[in-house]
This record gives sequence, structure tokens and C-alpha cells, in this order.
Amino acid sequence: MSNRTYLDFAATTPTDPSVLAAMLPYFSEKYGNPSSIHSFGQETRAAIEAARQQVAGLIAAKPEEIVFTSGGTEADNQALEGIAWANEKNGNHIICSAIEHHAVLHCAEFLKKRGFAVTVVPVDQDGLVSPEAVAQAITPKTVLVSVMHANNEIGTVEPIREISEVIGRRTKDEGRKIYFHTDAVQTAGHLPINVAELGVDLLSISAHKLYGPKGIGALYIKKGTRLTPFLHGGGQENNRRASTENVPGIVGFGAAADLAAQTMAEENAKLLPLRDKLIKGLTTLIPDVRLNGHASVRLPNNVNVSVKFIEGESMLLNLDMLGIAASSGSACTSGSLDPSHVLLAIGLPHEIAHGSLRFTLGKQTTEAEIDLVLEKLPPIVDKLRRMSPLYPGGKK
Amino acid sequence: MSMGPYSAKVMDHFMNPRNVGVIENPDGVGEVGNPVCGDIMKMFIKVKDNIITDVKFQTFGCGSAIATSSMATELIKGKTIEEALKLTNVAVAEALDGLPKIKMHCSVLAEEAVQAAIDDYLKKTTGKGLPGFKPHDEPLQEH
Ligand code: FES
Repeated sequence: MSNRTYLDFAATTPTDPSVLAAMLPYFSEKYGNPSSIHSFGQETRAAIEAARQQVAGLIAAKPEEIVFTSGGTEADNQALEGIAWANEKNGNHIICSAIEHHAVLHCAEFLKKRGFAVTVVPVDQDGLVSPEAVAQAITPKTVLVSVMHANNEIGTVEPIREISEVIGRRTKDEGRKIYFHTDAVQTAGHLPINVAELGVDLLSISAHKLYGPKGIGALYIKKGTRLTPFLHGGGQENNRRASTENVPGIVGFGAAADLAAQTMAEENAKLLPLRDKLIKGLTTLIPDVRLNGHASVRLPNNVNVSVKFIEGESMLLNLDMLGIAASSGSACTSGSLDPSHVLLAIGLPHEIAHGSLRFTLGKQTTEAEIDLVLEKLPPIVDKLRRMSPLYPGGKK
Repeated sequence: MSMGPYSAKVMDHFMNPRNVGVIENPDGVGEVGNPVCGDIMKMFIKVKDNIITDVKFQTFGCGSAIATSSMATELIKGKTIEEALKLTNVAVAEALDGLPKIKMHCSVLAEEAVQAAIDDYLKKTTGKGLPGFKPHDEPLQEH
């Protein structure tokens, strides 16, 4: 299986060899428990603090504002539940957007069962959240707003700064703090982030989306923000997350963050034309294809289209037979057999959501691979459309 | 190459489906939709002396839906109406060397498409449809 074409970088990225190399000594050579007072513990303690600086540097935060977690899901859950429980007495209302990752949406649903009120703010047909809609959703009981930085499926980048401004205004009117969380799992390491400029109190990151290892992530917690911890045990992470640290993972995360900070601009300069070539090719070579997500306010690596009259899984299987890896928001691929909530939220009817295909590009992506997709997909679509009872051009 | 969650047989019927298409002036046509994920299957039959002499299908759906339609057409071609009516979704799945659990409902669609086509044929020839035939309209619980 050489010659495979991986275009699913939003699902996960390969760990960069330099990241892996940085991690390796922390398995069998430098294995001390960072909480130990002896030299074994001190060397891993130092490694964790260096990594914390690297991750903080990626988002222009202070190292003490970074708490390592097991990944993006834990960071999202910790942000929502941590704020909810810590502020229960001040209010019980949470706002999130309709296109949040399930790590936010399902967590909000859980809090709903525990007595919180949840407002889900809709998005427009491009997937944009309106800052005004967020402002209007705020009530005297609102404690937290959570809007993702960019959507993982359709790539739309949200106006976080503007949303933060309206929250700030309402915070003033209400005379009490309304916290703002953003899930930056798709943007950290891919778009420049400055937490102060974004104006967020909490921000989630996952290492494996930026060429780091799986099983490690971080939550940025702005200085002075009180959260009820998730795990109870030792005093690790400044009493904010118990459990012996995942030292190799943290070291790898730090190395990946450092690498991303250095290579981001160059990578985006390479990916943007490839992304646009793929979008243009798909929408011009194949009739009845629409681009999902915003045309320009969009992640540099995301292509998401709906191919009318056919279903996503059948396209994925055909592509996979040729070694091309992509993903789909079709009900048939979802496990739950519901089409993607994101595609429904931008107003796609079920059968169009059904025919969605997502290609996400990354460091290893070449123009030849984009050309390959543009060569191979049209005949696949043609073949499947000929089988489809919905296709008006079908063979009689 | 990889085959995702499917058996080699499923992939064969998915990649090279048998009997795809439309029959002009069919003796029976059935169209059924899957309430679980919203897929559609259409089956056309030609019947002579109570025997299904030709069958074609069109499917909007996943790999399992396409493969089960294809297999169902093979299993009923040349059979009598009575034999075709005995075809179950489990038999279709078994003929394909099994389906992932979450994909079993797609085979129900294939069984129903056969029945819907026969129902239409009987209505046209006898004025009465298939006794007790009623495609699922509730979400299925197979998975
Ligand atoms: S047709 Fe949708 S899962 Fe099979």
C-alpha cells in the first residue's frame, strides 16, 4: 500500500518524525514521575514546563494558562462543565452554536439534563455564527458562550473576535462575567492565534491535529478564570487536572506546537492554491456539485462539497479502492445513521447532506494528488449517478 | 486494497453491481425508502408465466444498499413469484457473506423492494396487491 493518497488531515495528522524523535527519550530513558523530588522527576518536570511554554507560545498565552488534557474532547468538556459547575450559583444558561463539535454539543446536552438551560444559536448558509444572534441569546443567567474557531467539517472560520466583543458589552451591561470558550482544535497550528486578540477565556487544542501525537491536548484558561476540575486526585497541573502527566505526549505536543509556529505560514501558502484548485476542479468538472462552507472565510486545507443524486459512503468506498482517503457527512457513514448536524444546520436537505465529501489537505499533500482526485472522482460520480433513481440524466 | 467494513463479496457486488438500470414497460415496479438513513431503492421486474424473467434496480444509498440490491436481483431472477416472495433480508446478507451490524437495515430495503415490485405486479394483473404488504415506515431496530 505505497501510493496511497491521504486527504483526511482534519481527522488526524501523522506525527511528524521530529516530534516522534523528541518524544522517544521520555519512554524508557527519562521516565521519572514529574511529581518526584529526585533528579529523575526533575528532568521530566523540566520537559513538561518547556513544552508548556511551546504550546503557550503557539497561541500567545502565558505558560501558566495552559492545562494539558487527554485531548480536544476533554478540553471541551472541561471548559463547559468546569465553568458550569463553578458558576452554578451565578446562572445556569449556556450558549453554543449549532455546528459545534459533538464534544461541545453533547456536553451541553448533558448539562441540560443536569438543570442547565442551553441555547443553540443557528448559523447562516455558509456556516457563519452571527455575533448579533449571540448577543440576543444572552440572558441574565448566561455563564458561558462556546463557539468554535473553525468548523471541522465545512471549514468556515467564525468571527470569534466580534463575538467576544458583543459578549464583552453584555458582560458590562449585566455587571457580571460571561465566559467565552472556543474550540480551536481545527485552527491551532494552522491559523495564527493570539488569545488576547481573539478575546477568549478558554480555548481547546488537540495535538494530533497539528502533527503531534494522539491522546494529548490542552485547555487554555485565562488567568483568573475559576473552573471546577474534572479529575480528582493528585495536585498535578496546579490542582487543575489530577493524574500523572503523559510526559511523552506533552513533550511531543510541545515539539509539534513549536514546529507549527515555524511552518504555518509556508504550509498555508502551499495549501491555499491546492485547496482552490480542488474546489474549482470539482465544481466545474462535475455537474450539480456545490461547495459547503464559506467560499473565502475558510480553513486553508478544507474542501467540502455535496455531489447531488448520490450518497457519500459509496463515493468513499470507490475512492478507497484507488487508495484515496476522504470523509463524508452522509448518514450512511455516521454510525448513528443521522446525516451530519453541521450540514443540516447550514440548511442542506437530507439527500444533499447525504452526498457530501470532505477532502482535507496537509503537509504531505502534493499537486499530483489533487490532480489524481480530479481525474478519478468524475467517473466514480458518473457510475454512481447511473445507478441512482434520483438522477434525472439516468440511462433509460 | 482496503475494503472498509465489508466482505469481499459485498465489495464485488458494490463495485460491479449486477442488473443495474431500468426496464421499459415493466410488469412491476417497486420503490422503497429507508426510514433509517433516507436511502431509496427502485426495482423493476418482467414476469412471464409466473416467472421473473428479468429484473433491474436503481439505488441511492451506501455500499451495503447497492450490494444488497444487486444480490437480491440475482437471487430472484428466474424464480417464481412465490419463490421470490420467500427472499428475506437475512438470506441476502448471508449470500453476501454477511454485513456489518449497522448495515443490516440496508438489506431490509432490498427485501422490501422485491416485495414492492411484486405487489405492483399483482395489483396490475389481479387487481389486488400482496396481502399484508406494508413497507417499514418506522425507524428499524436492526442495528
Ligand atoms: S443505505 Fe444508508 S446505511 Fe446503507
